[in-house]
Amino acid sequence: MNFEELSALRPDLAFIAHWVPKGAHVLDVGCGDGVMLRHLQVDKACSGYGIEIADDKLLESTKIGINVLQHDMEKGLGLFGDNSFDTVLCLSSLQMMQHVEALLRDIVRVGAEAIVSFPNFAYWPHRVALARGRMPVSKLLPYEWYDTPNVRCATIYDFEELAAECGLEVLERVALADGKPVSFLPNLRGSLGVFRLRKKTRAQSST
Amino acid sequence: MGSIGNVTPQAMHFAEPLRLQSGAQLADYTLMYETYGTLNAARSNAVLLCHALNASHHVAGTYDGDPKSAGWWDNMVGPGKPLDTDRYFVIGVNNLGSCFGSTGPMHVNPATGKPYGAAFPLVTVEDWVAAQARLADRLGIEQFAAVMGGSLGGMQALAWSIMYPQRLRHCMVIASTPKLSAQNIAFNDVARQAILSDPDYHGGDFYEHGVVPKNGLKVARMVGHITYLSNDDMAEKFGRKLRNAAENNAYAFDFGIDFEIESYLRYQGDKFSEYFDANTYLLITKALDYFDPARDFNGDLTRALASTKAQFMVVSFTTDWRFAPDRSREIVEALISNRRRVTYAEIDAPHGHDAFLLDDTRYMNMVRAYYNRIWTESVTDVEAA
Repeated sequence: MNFEELSALRPDLAFIAHWVPKGAHVLDVGCGDGVMLRHLQVDKACSGYGIEIADDKLLESTKIGINVLQHDMEKGLGLFGDNSFDTVLCLSSLQMMQHVEALLRDIVRVGAEAIVSFPNFAYWPHRVALARGRMPVSKLLPYEWYDTPNVRCATIYDFEELAAECGLEVLERVALADGKPVSFLPNLRGSLGVFRLRKKTRAQSST
Repeated sequence: MGSIGNVTPQAMHFAEPLRLQSGAQLADYTLMYETYGTLNAARSNAVLLCHALNASHHVAGTYDGDPKSAGWWDNMVGPGKPLDTDRYFVIGVNNLGSCFGSTGPMHVNPATGKPYGAAFPLVTVEDWVAAQARLADRLGIEQFAAVMGGSLGGMQALAWSIMYPQRLRHCMVIASTPKLSAQNIAFNDVARQAILSDPDYHGGDFYEHGVVPKNGLKVARMVGHITYLSNDDMAEKFGRKLRNAAENNAYAFDFGIDFEIESYLRYQGDKFSEYFDANTYLLITKALDYFDPARDFNGDLTRALASTKAQFMVVSFTTDWRFAPDRSREIVEALISNRRRVTYAEIDAPHGHDAFLLDDTRYMNMVRAYYNRIWTESVTDVEAA
Protein backbone atom coordinates (compact mmCIF):
# COMPACT_ATOMS: atom_id res chain seq x y z
CA MET A 1 0.00 0.00 0.00
CA ASN A 2 1.49 3.36 -0.96
CA PHE A 3 1.24 6.52 1.06
CA GLU A 4 -1.71 7.99 -0.86
CA GLU A 5 -3.77 4.86 -0.39
CA LEU A 6 -2.90 4.72 3.29
CA SER A 7 -3.73 8.41 3.72
CA ALA A 8 -7.15 7.89 2.20
CA LEU A 9 -7.99 4.74 4.15
CA ARG A 10 -6.22 5.26 7.46
CA PRO A 11 -5.10 8.88 7.83
CA ASP A 12 -3.97 8.30 11.41
CA LEU A 13 -1.59 5.56 10.29
CA ALA A 14 -0.34 7.71 7.42
CA PHE A 15 0.51 10.48 9.90
CA ILE A 16 2.28 8.11 12.27
CA ALA A 17 4.25 6.50 9.41
CA HIS A 18 6.10 9.83 9.07
CA TRP A 19 7.78 9.16 12.41
CA VAL A 20 9.21 5.79 11.40
CA PRO A 21 12.65 6.13 9.81
CA LYS A 22 13.44 4.44 6.51
CA GLY A 23 14.78 0.92 6.86
CA ALA A 24 13.83 0.69 10.55
CA HIS A 25 13.39 -2.68 12.26
CA VAL A 26 9.83 -2.38 13.56
CA LEU A 27 7.62 -4.29 15.98
CA ASP A 28 3.90 -3.58 15.61
CA VAL A 29 2.21 -4.63 18.84
CA GLY A 30 -1.41 -5.42 17.99
CA CYS A 31 -0.87 -5.13 14.25
CA GLY A 32 -4.48 -5.94 13.32
CA ASP A 33 -4.86 -6.46 9.58
CA GLY A 34 -1.17 -5.63 9.05
CA VAL A 35 -1.80 -2.58 6.86
CA MET A 36 0.66 -0.34 8.72
CA LEU A 37 3.54 -2.81 8.68
CA ARG A 38 2.89 -3.63 5.03
CA HIS A 39 3.04 0.05 4.19
CA LEU A 40 6.30 0.47 6.12
CA GLN A 41 7.77 -2.57 4.35
CA VAL A 42 6.82 -1.49 0.86
CA ASP A 43 7.19 2.28 1.09
CA LYS A 44 9.98 2.62 3.65
CA ALA A 45 11.91 -0.65 3.31
CA CYS A 46 11.29 -1.46 6.98
CA SER A 47 11.64 -4.98 8.39
CA GLY A 48 10.12 -6.53 11.48
CA TYR A 49 7.12 -8.29 12.93
CA GLY A 50 3.53 -7.78 13.88
CA ILE A 51 2.00 -9.27 17.00
CA GLU A 52 -1.65 -10.23 16.96
CA ILE A 53 -3.82 -12.55 19.02
CA ALA A 54 -7.02 -12.73 16.96
CA ASP A 55 -7.18 -15.60 14.44
CA ASP A 56 -8.95 -13.55 11.76
CA LYS A 57 -6.48 -10.67 11.95
CA LEU A 58 -3.55 -13.09 11.95
CA LEU A 59 -4.88 -14.50 8.69
CA GLU A 60 -5.39 -11.00 7.21
CA SER A 61 -1.83 -10.06 8.15
CA THR A 62 -0.47 -13.25 6.59
CA LYS A 63 -2.44 -12.64 3.42
CA ILE A 64 -1.10 -9.11 3.16
CA GLY A 65 2.43 -10.48 3.39
CA ILE A 66 3.80 -9.33 6.73
CA ASN A 67 5.54 -11.48 9.33
CA VAL A 68 2.98 -11.86 12.06
CA LEU A 69 3.34 -13.72 15.34
CA GLN A 70 0.28 -15.00 17.18
CA HIS A 71 0.80 -13.87 20.71
CA ASP A 72 -1.15 -12.52 23.67
CA MET A 73 0.21 -9.06 24.43
CA GLU A 74 -1.00 -9.40 28.02
CA LYS A 75 1.80 -11.93 28.44
CA GLY A 76 4.37 -9.28 27.65
CA LEU A 77 7.10 -9.13 25.04
CA GLY A 78 9.41 -11.81 26.44
CA LEU A 79 9.92 -13.15 22.90
CA PHE A 80 12.08 -10.13 22.18
CA GLY A 81 15.43 -9.02 23.52
CA ASP A 82 16.24 -5.56 24.90
CA ASN A 83 16.54 -2.84 22.25
CA SER A 84 15.95 -5.29 19.42
CA PHE A 85 13.84 -2.85 17.41
CA ASP A 86 14.36 0.70 16.16
CA THR A 87 10.68 1.47 16.60
CA VAL A 88 7.87 -0.29 18.45
CA LEU A 89 4.35 0.63 17.42
CA CYS A 90 1.37 0.14 19.68
CA LEU A 91 -1.50 1.75 17.83
CA SER A 92 -4.98 1.86 19.30
CA SER A 93 -4.28 -1.31 21.28
CA LEU A 94 -3.03 -0.20 24.68
CA GLN A 95 -6.54 0.69 25.87
CA MET A 96 -7.54 -2.97 25.50
CA MET A 97 -4.89 -4.20 27.93
CA GLN A 98 -5.34 -5.26 31.52
CA HIS A 99 -1.68 -4.62 32.24
CA VAL A 100 -1.10 -1.29 30.55
CA GLU A 101 1.85 -0.18 32.63
CA ALA A 102 3.70 -3.50 32.32
CA LEU A 103 3.23 -3.56 28.56
CA LEU A 104 4.33 0.05 28.20
CA ARG A 105 7.53 -0.70 30.11
CA ASP A 106 8.09 -3.77 27.93
CA ILE A 107 7.53 -1.76 24.75
CA VAL A 108 10.27 0.70 25.60
CA ARG A 109 12.51 -2.15 26.77
CA VAL A 110 12.51 -3.88 23.36
CA GLY A 111 12.60 -0.71 21.26
CA ALA A 112 14.86 2.29 20.97
CA GLU A 113 11.71 4.30 20.37
CA ALA A 114 8.00 3.69 20.78
CA ILE A 115 4.96 5.19 19.13
CA VAL A 116 1.78 4.70 21.12
CA SER A 117 -1.71 5.82 20.17
CA PHE A 118 -5.05 5.49 21.93
CA PRO A 119 -8.54 6.98 21.73
CA ASN A 120 -8.66 10.21 23.73
CA PHE A 121 -11.46 9.89 26.23
CA ALA A 122 -11.48 13.67 26.73
CA TYR A 123 -12.42 14.31 23.08
CA TRP A 124 -15.24 16.86 23.23
CA PRO A 125 -18.08 14.66 21.88
CA HIS A 126 -17.24 12.17 24.62
CA ARG A 127 -17.46 14.94 27.19
CA VAL A 128 -20.82 15.97 25.75
CA ALA A 129 -22.10 12.40 26.00
CA LEU A 130 -20.96 12.20 29.63
CA ALA A 131 -22.47 15.60 30.40
CA ARG A 132 -25.75 14.18 29.12
CA GLY A 133 -25.27 11.28 31.48
CA ARG A 134 -24.34 8.63 28.88
CA MET A 135 -21.16 6.73 28.07
CA PRO A 136 -19.66 8.02 24.83
CA VAL A 137 -20.09 6.03 21.63
CA SER A 138 -18.20 7.39 18.63
CA LYS A 139 -16.28 6.39 15.52
CA LEU A 140 -13.19 5.69 17.64
CA LEU A 141 -15.15 4.20 20.54
CA PRO A 142 -17.87 2.39 18.64
CA TYR A 143 -18.86 0.01 21.44
CA GLU A 144 -21.48 0.01 24.15
CA TRP A 145 -20.16 0.05 27.72
CA TYR A 146 -21.03 -3.63 28.20
CA ASP A 147 -19.31 -5.02 25.11
CA THR A 148 -16.30 -2.77 24.65
CA PRO A 149 -12.86 -4.33 24.37
CA ASN A 150 -11.49 -0.98 25.53
CA VAL A 151 -11.10 -1.69 29.22
CA ARG A 152 -8.90 1.37 29.88
CA CYS A 153 -10.18 4.88 29.32
CA ALA A 154 -7.50 7.54 29.26
CA THR A 155 -7.08 11.14 28.19
CA ILE A 156 -3.99 12.63 26.62
CA TYR A 157 -3.11 14.26 29.95
CA ASP A 158 -3.54 10.95 31.78
CA PHE A 159 -1.22 9.13 29.44
CA GLU A 160 1.40 11.84 29.74
CA GLU A 161 1.40 11.26 33.49
CA LEU A 162 1.85 7.49 33.10
CA ALA A 163 4.68 7.99 30.62
CA ALA A 164 6.44 10.23 33.15
CA GLU A 165 5.90 7.67 35.91
CA CYS A 166 7.44 4.98 33.71
CA GLY A 167 10.47 7.19 33.24
CA LEU A 168 9.81 7.84 29.57
CA GLU A 169 10.81 10.84 27.60
CA VAL A 170 8.06 12.22 25.37
CA LEU A 171 9.68 13.12 22.06
CA GLU A 172 6.45 14.14 20.40
CA ARG A 173 2.86 14.42 21.50
CA VAL A 174 0.14 14.94 18.96
CA ALA A 175 -3.63 14.88 19.07
CA LEU A 176 -5.23 13.79 15.83
CA ALA A 177 -8.75 14.44 14.60
CA ASP A 178 -9.60 12.55 11.40
CA GLY A 179 -5.90 11.87 10.98
CA LYS A 180 -4.91 15.55 11.13
CA PRO A 181 -2.95 17.09 13.99
CA VAL A 182 -4.82 19.48 16.27
CA SER A 183 -2.64 22.02 18.05
CA PHE A 184 -5.28 24.24 19.70
CA LEU A 185 -6.90 22.56 22.74
CA PRO A 186 -5.62 19.12 21.73
CA ASN A 187 -7.05 17.23 24.72
CA LEU A 188 -10.49 18.59 23.83
CA ARG A 189 -10.39 18.53 20.04
CA GLY A 190 -8.24 15.49 19.34
CA SER A 191 -9.91 12.07 19.11
CA LEU A 192 -6.66 10.11 19.04
CA GLY A 193 -3.64 10.69 21.26
CA VAL A 194 -0.29 9.83 19.69
CA PHE A 195 2.97 9.77 21.65
CA ARG A 196 6.49 9.21 20.49
CA LEU A 197 8.51 7.97 23.43
CA ARG A 198 11.87 6.67 24.47
CA LYS A 199 13.60 5.57 27.64
CA LYS A 200 15.32 8.38 29.47
CA THR A 201 19.07 7.98 29.39
CA ARG A 202 20.66 7.33 32.80
CA ALA A 203 21.86 10.94 33.08
CA GLN A 204 18.35 12.24 32.47
CA SER A 205 16.59 9.86 34.83
CA SER A 206 18.91 10.69 37.75
CA THR A 207 17.94 14.36 37.62
CA MET B 1 -11.17 -28.95 -4.51
CA GLY B 2 -10.54 -32.59 -5.22
CA SER B 3 -8.17 -35.39 -4.62
CA ILE B 4 -5.10 -35.70 -6.77
CA GLY B 5 -6.48 -39.06 -7.92
CA ASN B 6 -4.42 -42.16 -8.42
CA VAL B 7 -0.70 -41.89 -7.77
CA THR B 8 2.24 -44.22 -8.29
CA PRO B 9 5.18 -44.55 -5.92
CA GLN B 10 8.65 -44.51 -7.41
CA ALA B 11 11.97 -45.87 -6.22
CA MET B 12 15.35 -44.25 -6.65
CA HIS B 13 18.52 -46.19 -6.01
CA PHE B 14 21.69 -44.51 -4.77
CA ALA B 15 24.89 -46.43 -5.40
CA GLU B 16 27.19 -43.96 -3.64
CA PRO B 17 27.64 -44.70 0.08
CA LEU B 18 26.01 -42.45 2.69
CA ARG B 19 28.17 -41.62 5.69
CA LEU B 20 25.93 -41.35 8.75
CA GLN B 21 26.21 -39.12 11.81
CA SER B 22 27.02 -42.15 13.97
CA GLY B 23 30.10 -42.82 11.87
CA ALA B 24 28.49 -45.87 10.26
CA GLN B 25 27.93 -46.00 6.54
CA LEU B 26 25.22 -47.29 4.23
CA ALA B 27 26.94 -48.77 1.17
CA ASP B 28 23.94 -48.11 -1.05
CA TYR B 29 20.27 -47.51 -0.53
CA THR B 30 16.91 -46.92 -2.13
CA LEU B 31 14.42 -44.16 -1.38
CA MET B 32 10.73 -44.44 -2.16
CA TYR B 33 9.02 -41.24 -3.19
CA GLU B 34 5.92 -39.85 -4.85
CA THR B 35 5.44 -36.61 -6.73
CA TYR B 36 2.31 -34.59 -7.41
CA GLY B 37 1.90 -31.66 -9.77
CA THR B 38 4.40 -30.50 -12.37
CA LEU B 39 7.88 -29.11 -11.98
CA ASN B 40 8.01 -25.78 -13.81
CA ALA B 41 10.68 -24.85 -16.34
CA ALA B 42 12.57 -22.74 -13.80
CA ARG B 43 12.47 -25.69 -11.36
CA SER B 44 11.38 -23.22 -8.70
CA ASN B 45 8.02 -24.59 -7.58
CA ALA B 46 9.10 -27.74 -5.76
CA VAL B 47 7.91 -28.43 -2.21
CA LEU B 48 9.36 -31.24 -0.14
CA LEU B 49 7.14 -32.83 2.52
CA CYS B 50 8.84 -34.69 5.36
CA HIS B 51 6.96 -37.39 7.20
CA ALA B 52 6.61 -38.13 10.89
CA LEU B 53 6.98 -41.35 12.86
CA ASN B 54 4.54 -43.74 11.23
CA ALA B 55 3.95 -42.18 7.82
CA SER B 56 5.54 -42.57 4.42
CA HIS B 57 6.09 -41.10 0.97
CA HIS B 58 2.39 -41.58 0.29
CA VAL B 59 1.27 -38.06 1.17
CA ALA B 60 -1.71 -37.55 -1.12
CA GLY B 61 -3.95 -39.30 -3.60
CA THR B 62 -4.89 -42.94 -3.71
CA TYR B 63 -3.54 -46.15 -5.21
CA ASP B 64 -5.32 -47.68 -8.15
CA GLY B 65 -8.07 -50.02 -7.04
CA ASP B 66 -7.86 -48.99 -3.39
CA PRO B 67 -10.11 -45.98 -2.76
CA LYS B 68 -9.38 -46.14 0.98
CA SER B 69 -5.65 -45.65 0.44
CA ALA B 70 -5.68 -41.82 0.73
CA GLY B 71 -2.28 -40.35 1.66
CA TRP B 72 -1.58 -39.11 5.17
CA TRP B 73 -1.82 -35.42 4.24
CA ASP B 74 -4.48 -35.76 1.54
CA ASN B 75 -6.52 -32.97 3.18
CA MET B 76 -3.54 -30.60 2.79
CA VAL B 77 -2.18 -31.53 -0.62
CA GLY B 78 -4.06 -31.63 -3.92
CA PRO B 79 -5.65 -29.48 -6.60
CA GLY B 80 -7.10 -26.37 -4.94
CA LYS B 81 -6.03 -27.54 -1.48
CA PRO B 82 -3.86 -25.41 0.88
CA LEU B 83 -0.75 -26.85 -0.79
CA ASP B 84 -2.11 -26.58 -4.32
CA THR B 85 -0.70 -29.16 -6.74
CA ASP B 86 -1.94 -27.02 -9.64
CA ARG B 87 0.84 -24.62 -8.64
CA TYR B 88 3.45 -26.64 -6.85
CA PHE B 89 5.47 -29.75 -7.61
CA VAL B 90 5.16 -31.68 -4.37
CA ILE B 91 7.48 -34.49 -3.28
CA GLY B 92 6.80 -37.01 -0.54
CA VAL B 93 9.80 -39.12 0.42
CA ASN B 94 10.10 -42.16 2.65
CA ASN B 95 13.02 -41.98 5.05
CA LEU B 96 15.85 -44.45 5.50
CA GLY B 97 15.12 -47.09 8.12
CA SER B 98 11.41 -46.92 7.47
CA CYS B 99 9.23 -49.91 6.65
CA PHE B 100 7.45 -48.56 3.58
CA GLY B 101 9.97 -49.41 0.90
CA SER B 102 13.03 -47.23 1.46
CA THR B 103 16.05 -49.19 2.64
CA GLY B 104 15.36 -50.38 6.15
CA PRO B 105 16.03 -53.06 8.76
CA MET B 106 13.88 -55.66 6.97
CA HIS B 107 16.04 -55.46 3.85
CA VAL B 108 19.03 -57.60 3.12
CA ASN B 109 22.33 -56.32 4.39
CA PRO B 110 24.71 -56.78 1.44
CA ALA B 111 27.56 -57.45 3.89
CA THR B 112 25.88 -60.48 5.51
CA GLY B 113 23.27 -61.61 3.02
CA LYS B 114 20.69 -61.52 5.83
CA PRO B 115 18.18 -58.84 6.85
CA TYR B 116 19.79 -55.96 8.75
CA GLY B 117 17.49 -56.34 11.75
CA ALA B 118 18.81 -54.47 14.76
CA ALA B 119 22.12 -54.10 12.89
CA PHE B 120 20.60 -51.43 10.67
CA PRO B 121 22.63 -48.34 11.54
CA LEU B 122 20.86 -45.71 13.67
CA VAL B 123 19.93 -42.82 11.42
CA THR B 124 19.37 -39.27 12.59
CA VAL B 125 17.16 -36.47 11.34
CA GLU B 126 20.26 -34.95 9.73
CA ASP B 127 21.04 -38.26 7.97
CA TRP B 128 17.54 -38.33 6.54
CA VAL B 129 17.90 -34.76 5.32
CA ALA B 130 21.25 -35.59 3.68
CA ALA B 131 19.59 -38.50 1.87
CA GLN B 132 16.66 -36.29 0.84
CA ALA B 133 19.12 -33.73 -0.55
CA ARG B 134 20.57 -36.39 -2.82
CA LEU B 135 17.09 -37.19 -4.07
CA ALA B 136 16.61 -33.47 -4.78
CA ASP B 137 19.92 -33.45 -6.70
CA ARG B 138 18.81 -36.34 -8.84
CA LEU B 139 15.42 -34.73 -9.51
CA GLY B 140 17.27 -31.58 -10.59
CA ILE B 141 15.94 -29.40 -7.80
CA GLU B 142 18.51 -26.87 -6.69
CA GLN B 143 16.21 -24.92 -4.39
CA PHE B 144 12.82 -25.81 -2.89
CA ALA B 145 10.08 -23.21 -2.72
CA ALA B 146 9.39 -24.78 0.68
CA VAL B 147 10.31 -27.71 2.86
CA MET B 148 7.46 -28.58 5.20
CA GLY B 149 6.74 -31.15 7.85
CA GLY B 150 4.74 -31.85 10.99
CA SER B 151 6.13 -33.23 14.25
CA LEU B 152 9.24 -35.28 13.36
CA GLY B 153 8.73 -33.98 9.81
CA GLY B 154 9.02 -30.43 11.18
CA MET B 155 12.39 -31.37 12.67
CA GLN B 156 13.55 -32.41 9.20
CA ALA B 157 12.36 -29.10 7.74
CA LEU B 158 14.24 -27.26 10.48
CA ALA B 159 17.36 -29.37 9.81
CA TRP B 160 17.10 -28.52 6.11
CA SER B 161 17.19 -24.81 6.94
CA ILE B 162 20.35 -25.31 8.99
CA MET B 163 22.18 -27.83 6.77
CA TYR B 164 21.32 -26.46 3.34
CA PRO B 165 20.38 -22.80 3.91
CA GLN B 166 20.51 -21.95 0.20
CA ARG B 167 18.34 -24.82 -0.89
CA LEU B 168 14.97 -23.70 0.49
CA ARG B 169 13.18 -20.36 0.35
CA HIS B 170 10.63 -21.26 3.01
CA CYS B 171 10.74 -23.60 5.97
CA MET B 172 7.40 -24.69 7.43
CA VAL B 173 7.64 -26.29 10.86
CA ILE B 174 4.32 -27.61 12.20
CA ALA B 175 3.61 -29.04 15.67
CA SER B 176 7.30 -29.62 16.20
CA THR B 177 10.10 -28.90 18.64
CA PRO B 178 13.79 -28.02 18.58
CA LYS B 179 14.46 -30.98 20.88
CA LEU B 180 12.63 -33.61 22.91
CA SER B 181 11.98 -33.03 26.60
CA ALA B 182 12.85 -35.59 29.27
CA GLN B 183 9.16 -36.51 29.31
CA ASN B 184 9.13 -37.07 25.52
CA ILE B 185 12.22 -39.30 25.76
CA ALA B 186 10.68 -41.16 28.69
CA PHE B 187 7.58 -42.04 26.66
CA ASN B 188 9.77 -43.15 23.76
CA ASP B 189 11.81 -45.40 26.00
CA VAL B 190 8.73 -47.06 27.46
CA ALA B 191 7.68 -47.80 23.88
CA ARG B 192 11.12 -49.18 23.04
CA GLN B 193 11.21 -51.33 26.16
CA ALA B 194 7.84 -52.82 25.21
CA ILE B 195 9.36 -53.98 21.91
CA LEU B 196 12.78 -54.98 23.25
CA SER B 197 11.25 -57.13 25.99
CA ASP B 198 8.85 -58.95 23.67
CA PRO B 199 10.20 -62.54 23.37
CA ASP B 200 9.30 -62.46 19.68
CA TYR B 201 11.76 -59.61 19.10
CA HIS B 202 14.75 -62.02 19.05
CA GLY B 203 17.30 -59.24 19.36
CA GLY B 204 15.94 -57.67 16.20
CA ASP B 205 16.31 -60.81 14.06
CA PHE B 206 12.66 -61.84 14.27
CA TYR B 207 12.45 -61.97 10.46
CA GLU B 208 14.38 -65.23 10.33
CA HIS B 209 12.22 -66.71 13.10
CA GLY B 210 9.12 -66.01 11.07
CA VAL B 211 7.50 -64.02 13.89
CA VAL B 212 6.71 -60.39 14.66
CA PRO B 213 6.94 -58.84 18.16
CA LYS B 214 3.33 -57.81 17.88
CA ASN B 215 2.64 -57.38 21.57
CA GLY B 216 5.61 -55.08 21.99
CA LEU B 217 4.64 -53.02 18.95
CA LYS B 218 1.06 -52.84 20.16
CA VAL B 219 2.00 -51.50 23.57
CA ALA B 220 4.49 -49.09 21.96
CA ARG B 221 1.73 -47.73 19.76
CA MET B 222 -0.72 -47.48 22.65
CA VAL B 223 1.76 -45.42 24.68
CA GLY B 224 2.56 -43.24 21.68
CA HIS B 225 -1.07 -42.74 20.81
CA ILE B 226 -1.87 -41.41 24.28
CA THR B 227 0.63 -38.60 23.68
CA TYR B 228 -0.99 -37.68 20.36
CA LEU B 229 -4.38 -36.91 21.91
CA SER B 230 -5.34 -34.20 24.34
CA ASN B 231 -6.86 -34.97 27.71
CA ASP B 232 -10.00 -33.03 26.74
CA ASP B 233 -10.32 -34.79 23.43
CA MET B 234 -10.02 -38.19 25.09
CA ALA B 235 -12.51 -37.19 27.77
CA GLU B 236 -14.98 -36.05 25.17
CA LYS B 237 -14.58 -39.01 22.83
CA PHE B 238 -14.41 -41.75 25.46
CA GLY B 239 -14.86 -40.39 28.94
CA ARG B 240 -15.49 -43.31 31.29
CA LYS B 241 -17.83 -44.97 28.82
CA LEU B 242 -17.94 -48.73 29.18
CA ARG B 243 -17.45 -51.02 26.23
CA ASN B 244 -20.53 -53.09 26.96
CA ALA B 245 -22.69 -50.34 28.33
CA ALA B 246 -25.84 -52.19 27.28
CA GLU B 247 -25.30 -54.96 29.79
CA ASN B 248 -26.49 -53.12 32.89
CA ASN B 249 -23.48 -50.82 32.72
CA ALA B 250 -21.64 -53.25 34.99
CA TYR B 251 -17.92 -53.71 35.45
CA ALA B 252 -16.53 -57.03 34.21
CA PHE B 253 -14.30 -57.59 37.25
CA ASP B 254 -11.52 -59.06 35.13
CA PHE B 255 -8.56 -57.78 33.07
CA GLY B 256 -10.39 -57.72 29.78
CA ILE B 257 -11.76 -54.56 28.22
CA ASP B 258 -14.02 -52.51 30.46
CA PHE B 259 -13.64 -48.99 29.12
CA GLU B 260 -14.04 -47.62 25.59
CA ILE B 261 -10.63 -46.00 25.76
CA GLU B 262 -9.04 -49.41 26.39
CA SER B 263 -10.86 -50.85 23.42
CA TYR B 264 -9.81 -47.93 21.22
CA LEU B 265 -6.13 -48.03 22.17
CA ARG B 266 -5.90 -51.81 21.84
CA TYR B 267 -7.54 -51.62 18.44
CA GLN B 268 -5.09 -48.92 17.33
CA GLY B 269 -2.21 -50.99 18.71
CA ASP B 270 -3.37 -54.17 16.96
CA LYS B 271 -3.83 -52.38 13.66
CA PHE B 272 -0.39 -50.80 13.94
CA SER B 273 1.34 -54.07 14.78
CA GLU B 274 -0.06 -55.55 11.56
CA TYR B 275 1.85 -53.18 9.28
CA PHE B 276 4.66 -51.49 11.18
CA ASP B 277 8.15 -52.85 11.71
CA ALA B 278 9.52 -53.14 15.25
CA ASN B 279 13.09 -52.21 14.30
CA THR B 280 11.81 -49.17 12.43
CA TYR B 281 9.86 -48.05 15.49
CA LEU B 282 12.98 -48.38 17.63
CA LEU B 283 15.24 -46.43 15.33
CA ILE B 284 12.77 -43.67 14.53
CA THR B 285 12.13 -43.01 18.22
CA LYS B 286 15.91 -42.82 18.66
CA ALA B 287 16.14 -40.28 15.82
CA LEU B 288 13.52 -38.24 17.69
CA ASP B 289 15.47 -38.45 20.95
CA TYR B 290 18.77 -37.47 19.34
CA PHE B 291 17.49 -34.42 17.47
CA ASP B 292 18.93 -31.31 19.08
CA PRO B 293 20.51 -28.87 16.62
CA ALA B 294 21.50 -26.54 19.48
CA ARG B 295 23.68 -29.26 21.02
CA ASP B 296 26.71 -28.23 18.97
CA PHE B 297 26.25 -24.66 20.20
CA ASN B 298 26.14 -25.20 23.96
CA GLY B 299 22.37 -25.43 23.81
CA ASP B 300 22.08 -22.02 22.13
CA LEU B 301 19.33 -22.42 19.51
CA THR B 302 19.82 -18.86 18.31
CA ARG B 303 23.36 -19.70 17.24
CA ALA B 304 22.21 -23.02 15.76
CA LEU B 305 19.78 -21.13 13.54
CA ALA B 306 22.20 -18.32 12.65
CA SER B 307 23.14 -20.03 9.39
CA THR B 308 19.54 -20.22 8.13
CA LYS B 309 18.42 -18.08 5.22
CA ALA B 310 14.84 -19.25 4.68
CA GLN B 311 11.65 -17.54 5.69
CA PHE B 312 9.75 -19.52 8.28
CA MET B 313 6.24 -20.48 9.14
CA VAL B 314 5.88 -22.08 12.56
CA VAL B 315 2.56 -23.51 13.70
CA SER B 316 1.61 -25.02 17.05
CA PHE B 317 -1.63 -26.26 18.59
CA THR B 318 -2.78 -25.12 22.02
CA THR B 319 -3.78 -28.59 23.28
CA ASP B 320 -0.65 -30.34 21.97
CA TRP B 321 1.18 -31.43 25.11
CA ARG B 322 3.62 -33.71 23.27
CA PHE B 323 5.24 -30.78 21.44
CA ALA B 324 3.53 -27.90 23.21
CA PRO B 325 3.33 -24.32 21.86
CA ASP B 326 6.21 -23.36 24.18
CA ARG B 327 8.51 -25.63 22.15
CA SER B 328 7.48 -23.87 18.92
CA ARG B 329 7.94 -20.50 20.61
CA GLU B 330 11.56 -21.47 21.37
CA ILE B 331 12.09 -21.83 17.63
CA VAL B 332 10.30 -18.54 16.95
CA GLU B 333 12.32 -16.72 19.60
CA ALA B 334 15.61 -18.00 18.18
CA LEU B 335 14.55 -16.95 14.69
CA ILE B 336 13.55 -13.50 15.91
CA SER B 337 16.95 -13.10 17.58
CA ASN B 338 18.47 -13.84 14.17
CA ARG B 339 16.07 -11.39 12.53
CA ARG B 340 14.70 -14.11 10.29
CA ARG B 341 11.36 -13.55 8.64
CA VAL B 342 8.89 -15.70 10.56
CA THR B 343 5.14 -16.16 10.77
CA TYR B 344 3.83 -17.94 13.85
CA ALA B 345 0.32 -19.32 14.36
CA GLU B 346 -0.84 -20.86 17.61
CA ILE B 347 -4.00 -22.68 16.61
CA ASP B 348 -6.60 -23.12 19.33
CA ALA B 349 -7.60 -26.66 18.36
CA PRO B 350 -8.88 -29.37 20.72
CA HIS B 351 -7.18 -32.39 19.17
CA GLY B 352 -3.73 -32.36 20.75
CA HIS B 353 -0.65 -33.29 18.73
CA ASP B 354 -2.71 -35.05 16.05
CA ALA B 355 -4.28 -31.70 15.13
CA PHE B 356 -1.58 -31.13 12.53
CA LEU B 357 -3.08 -33.94 10.44
CA LEU B 358 -6.70 -32.86 10.87
CA ASP B 359 -8.95 -30.31 9.23
CA ASP B 360 -9.15 -27.13 11.22
CA THR B 361 -10.33 -24.12 9.27
CA ARG B 362 -7.96 -21.65 10.94
CA TYR B 363 -4.98 -23.95 10.45
CA MET B 364 -5.79 -24.78 6.84
CA ASN B 365 -6.48 -21.11 6.04
CA MET B 366 -3.14 -20.04 7.46
CA VAL B 367 -1.22 -22.66 5.48
CA ARG B 368 -3.16 -21.74 2.35
CA ALA B 369 -2.47 -18.02 2.86
CA TYR B 370 1.21 -18.75 3.38
CA TYR B 371 1.48 -20.82 0.19
CA ASN B 372 -0.35 -18.06 -1.68
CA ARG B 373 2.27 -15.68 -0.43
CA ILE B 374 5.12 -17.95 -1.57
CA TRP B 375 3.42 -18.07 -4.94
CA THR B 376 2.98 -14.29 -5.17
CA GLU B 377 6.65 -13.81 -4.24
CA SER B 378 7.82 -16.22 -6.92
CA VAL B 379 5.63 -14.59 -9.56
CA THR B 380 6.93 -11.14 -8.52
CA ASP B 381 10.50 -12.45 -8.69
CA VAL B 382 9.99 -13.68 -12.22
CA GLU B 383 8.50 -10.34 -13.26
CA ALA B 384 11.36 -8.46 -11.61
CA ALA B 385 13.88 -10.67 -13.41
